[in-house]
Order: sequence, then structure tokens, then C-alpha cells
Amino acid sequence: MEITKLGMAGTLESCDASVTVEPPETGNSGIELSIDCPDRRFSPHVRKAVLAALQEAGVAAARVFVRDRCALDCTIRARVLAACHRAAERI
Amino acid sequence: MIAKLRRTMLFVPGNNPAMVKDAHIYGSDSIIFDLEDSVSPSEKDAARLLVRCALEALDYGTAERVVRINGLDTPWVEEDIRAMVAAGIEVVRLPKTENAADIHRLERMVAEAERESGRPDGSVLLMAAIESPLGVINAYPIAAASPRMAAIALSAEDYVTSLKTSRSREGVELAEARGRIVIAAKAAGIMAIDTVFTDVADDEGFAREVALIKQMGFDGKSVINPNQIPPVHAIYAPKQEEVQKARRILEAAKEAEARGSGVTALDGKMIDKPIIERAQRVLELAGRPEGPWHP
Repeated sequence: MEITKLGMAGTLESCDASVTVEPPETGNSGIELSIDCPDRRFSPHVRKAVLAALQEAGVAAARVFVRDRCALDCTIRARVLAACHRAAERI
Repeated sequence: MIAKLRRTMLFVPGNNPAMVKDAHIYGSDSIIFDLEDSVSPSEKDAARLLVRCALEALDYGTAERVVRINGLDTPWVEEDIRAMVAAGIEVVRLPKTENAADIHRLERMVAEAERESGRPDGSVLLMAAIESPLGVINAYPIAAASPRMAAIALSAEDYVTSLKTSRSREGVELAEARGRIVIAAKAAGIMAIDTVFTDVADDEGFAREVALIKQMGFDGKSVINPNQIPPVHAIYAPKQEEVQKARRILEAAKEAEARGSGVTALDGKMIDKPIIERAQRVLELAGRPEGPWHP
């Protein structure tokens, strides 16, 4: 899936995550991921969940910003997939 | 084996992660993940993905998993069905059902989704929400439209708007629709589910309405707040003396059967098939641990 524009999904409500996906900067062909977690100890876990969802969506190159509000893995997956689809005009 | 109970069907907004993840902890018999009215058009895709991912990841225990999809006349319905069936949903609830043709169309889409996702043919049940005068008139053809049909439900808000009236505490405006829906459901051998009670602060009015619909023959009620679940279960739970009498009836019937007789008597009153079925229903309801009394 090619990210062609800005796509956002989710909220900053408790148990949710706000995810923004953008096309990669010129010359960057990988994933640039930024995570904001209420507790930094969970950042590696959130990162793992986000990367798994990006892989599931087939996104290899993008800038991704995640503001986590204690979301479950399944919520992170749903929000990343929704943001990617919106950024690729799939939905 | 305990028959499926649908005393309480809890509506959960499909795009609310906090409510979606906790939906099963309140003890409702069914959870209705809503992709329709509680989700704005711009969030339909996100809600569908959220419910799909939750269904695939979370264990909802013994609660039946139902989805209210968007209407047949919307651009979202096909993807709703495809995603929910693939994610393992047990029941698909169709809003604004007006005739049997609506159910036949839904049935075809669900069957196709079962094939695509590798689920057994017929494994997904259907439920129809009746929300218009035409739907009420067609309640029996709707209820009998498919062997997949599990229940029909009254959805009162749109219905009373169509009648050009509003909802009252007494519910007189719903009396005809409730009666027709119960009779249609029972004639088709499926369940009847009553509409939501929207004033969550009116405990007394809620209890009165639940007692009314139970007496009418409804199998349960759609609820919008977890606080509404315990009162419904309490009202539907048989009293201790009802349970004891039901047990004595079934014991007497068993003895009669052993003697080769189809009819017997208990305390001077005849016991036949309808009385035995009612006794079985009492024990089914009593068998649920969340009732106020259980054996």
C-alpha cells in the first residue's frame, strides 16, 4: 500500500490512540515512527504493535505519529490500519 | 442444555475503544456492536476496523456477539457484512427492515461472506429491527423469511416518528407494534426483542416497562446502559416457588412418560405439553447464575 497523502484515525480519549500517517520525506524509503505514550515503559510494546499493523497494511514507507492513550493492541492495530487506508485512499 | 437467552442485548458504539473492550464485563446475554446510528458517516471505516480487530483479539466470554450493520440502502453495508462475518460475528442485525425481500438480500450477502471467509454455511444468524409501520405490518413475513432468523426487534424511535407521535411513559403508542411483533416472532418460532428505554435515570419507569414486555411474551430487551442489565435479569428470573413447581411438573411428566402416558396431573391439575414447555422455560431462566435465585 502506497501512502499518498495525510491520513488520520483515532482520538485522544482514554483507551484510544491517535494515529497520523504521511508520505515519507523525499529520499526516505523506510518507516519513520514517532510514539507518544503516557508511560514510556510501554513505548517498545506500542512500537511493536504499530509496526505489525503497518506490515499487515503493506506499508513500507511512511511517516507515522502515534499518540497512545493506553490503547489495547487491537485498538492500535485498528487505528493504524484505518489511518493507512485513508492515507492511501483505499476506503 | 440451556437454550440461548437474549434477555439483555447491550448496544455498544462501534467506534468507542473503551466501551468495545469492556462490553462483556457487565453480564448482558448479547453485545450489539453498533456500526449504524452511533457512528458518524466519516468514521464508518474506522468503526468497522475497530470492531473487527476487537472481535479477532478479545474473548467476550459467553456473551453472544451481534453487529448492527448499516442499512441496505447505504454504501457501507457490503463491507460491514464482509468484515464482520470474517471476524467471527455470530448474529447480524439489520436496521430498518421493511419486508421479507430485505432479509433475502441480507441472507445472500451473508452467505457470500461465509464462503469468502471459509465459515460454515448458515453459521451466521440474522436479526431484523422493525422501525416503520410497514415493517410492523410485515412482521411475520420478515420473521419467517429465512432459517437463519433468530429474532425480530422493535426499534421505537424511528417508528414513533413515522406515526407522527412521540414516546410516552405508558407506551400506548407502541402497544400495537409490540403485540404484532411478539405474535409474528412466536408464529415463526423465533425470539422477540423489545426496544430500548432511553431515560436511563428513570429506574421505576424502566422496571415497569420490562415487566410489561416480559408479560407480553418478549424474550428480552435492547439496553443502552450497563445499569439496565441487572434489573432486566432480575425481572426475568423466576421466583423460587416457580422453580420448585417447574421441577415437580417435569418430574411428574417424566414419570408419566415412563408409564407410557402423554398426560398426567399434579395437585389436581392436568399437565400437558404447553405446561411442560413453560416449566422447561422457567428452569432455563433459573439456570443462569446472575439471577437472584438459582438452584
